[in-house]
Amino acid sequence: MQQLLSIFSNSVEQASLYAFLALGVLITFRFFRFPDLTAEGSYPLGGAVAATLLVNGVNPFAATAAAMLAGALAGMATALIHTRLRVNNIISGIVVMTALYSVNLTVMGRANVSLLAVSSVFEDFARAAGLGDTVGTTILLAVILVAVGSAALFWFMRTELGLAVRATGENEAMIGSLGVDTAWTKMVGLAISNAAIALSGALVAQDNGFADIGMGIGILVTGAAAVMIGESLFGDGSILRWIGAVLVGVLVYELLVVLALRVGLDPIDLKLVTAALLLASLSLPRFRTRLLGP
Amino acid sequence: MLTVEAARKRFLAGTAEEMLALAGIDLFLAAGDVVTVIGSNGAGKSTLLKAIVGLLPLDEGRIVLDGRDVTAWPAHRRAALIGRIAQDPHEGTCAAMTIAENLALAARRGERRRLVRAVTPALARTFRDRLAELGLGLENRLDTRVAFLSGGQRQALALLMATLAQPRLLLLDEHLANLDPRTASLVMTATERLVSDGRLTTMMVTHDMAQAIRVGNRLIMLHQGRIVFAAAGPEKAALTVASLVEKFHAASGERLADDRVLLAP
Repeated sequence: MQQLLSIFSNSVEQASLYAFLALGVLITFRFFRFPDLTAEGSYPLGGAVAATLLVNGVNPFAATAAAMLAGALAGMATALIHTRLRVNNIISGIVVMTALYSVNLTVMGRANVSLLAVSSVFEDFARAAGLGDTVGTTILLAVILVAVGSAALFWFMRTELGLAVRATGENEAMIGSLGVDTAWTKMVGLAISNAAIALSGALVAQDNGFADIGMGIGILVTGAAAVMIGESLFGDGSILRWIGAVLVGVLVYELLVVLALRVGLDPIDLKLVTAALLLASLSLPRFRTRLLGP
Repeated sequence: MLTVEAARKRFLAGTAEEMLALAGIDLFLAAGDVVTVIGSNGAGKSTLLKAIVGLLPLDEGRIVLDGRDVTAWPAHRRAALIGRIAQDPHEGTCAAMTIAENLALAARRGERRRLVRAVTPALARTFRDRLAELGLGLENRLDTRVAFLSGGQRQALALLMATLAQPRLLLLDEHLANLDPRTASLVMTATERLVSDGRLTTMMVTHDMAQAIRVGNRLIMLHQGRIVFAAAGPEKAALTVASLVEKFHAASGERLADDRVLLAP
């Protein structure tokens, strides 16, 4: 029982930290039909910016906000390369992702920045709320942030601008014929997505107590797996259902990962398991149709 | 309202399939003109409409709309002034969004997209009224996703979306071609009502000769990228399908290999 509880709280903690990553991937891959690989660079960028500012004495909440801003700029760079220079969307993402590796190293000054000596958003929050700095407090703050973020995303997607952003992914010719410059909406969409992904990187770095240049490797697969698992469980539909599905998806994904580690999986094999999970969630709907009929 | 001046457009220049799609078109539309456009396949009808809307840049010539030279404007900028409906109902609507959301997108044609709720209760009431006028029963399905609508319903919605924000110019590019006869006639009735209510300056490409004669106050016939025949007012009203086919033969100087294209209802 004790162990089950710890597995669960561990998963919830990880899931709430990675939820923004999954929401970011949802925006680009699903709402936008833009397979944006910038994530592999904007996630560690978020960690790098937050960590560097923290060790330089900046307030943790301000440092986290700055990380989001940096992520947004990375997304805008990808959008500009795609729309102004007419580079294919995947290549645009790869260009920025590759460039960000050097940017991240420059920002941090070295490959790894330890945050053990400085206070994180979680510790600040625990102090301000008069709670102990426990896993529970971390979960509380992360869940509050995810709730606020999801609500904001839901609200945005139903605004005039949000509708135009969604329509850009669904039917670019149509939204252009209604007078919307899709170069602009693409920039807005990629900025929001990568801001969310960078936020995830900033939170994970503060939770782990370090930012590392390699923290983004394979991160896109984690986000995509969460989106796909959610989708295969709930299907797609309204914005609300989609957001809900992704949040459940990231939780299921983290449960599976934590379980895999508890039963003795070598952390070295983690990416292999992640890739397998993504593959399973992609192919599962096909098997389901084959077994149960269409 | 609309002036097209010496418009030329060549496709696949320098190749064996080179084709002069627009061979110098001059056209002037006064405000409130409703012009039907006929011609065989490949005559340049769609090319002309796409050039006006900005989807195809002209090689030569000028397009002036509402006193403004829009020749260098990108399509999304011209869209503030022009509503266009294509043949394919999928082109003009967004399947994953609801009817209300599609209309909300159209209601802001040419204006800045703000960070405010797109479908307000007041706007939803307007949408309901406008949909009811279409007579397709869509007024009670505002929150239905467009993916669940039939082709005819989607095209009717596209029509409403194209006219909702009162464009200066409405372009209909064979917008009934993919619909069954009954739906086509419903959508056509709605089209005529919206055009006359809004006094919209309109160009309508059609393969239906009888419709081309009946609808609007002017008619132009294209052949090989040129206007080979034009009629207006009483002269147009007096046309018959047979006389139009005769005009075509006389103007183009050739027997049409496939008269069926022109004569088909």
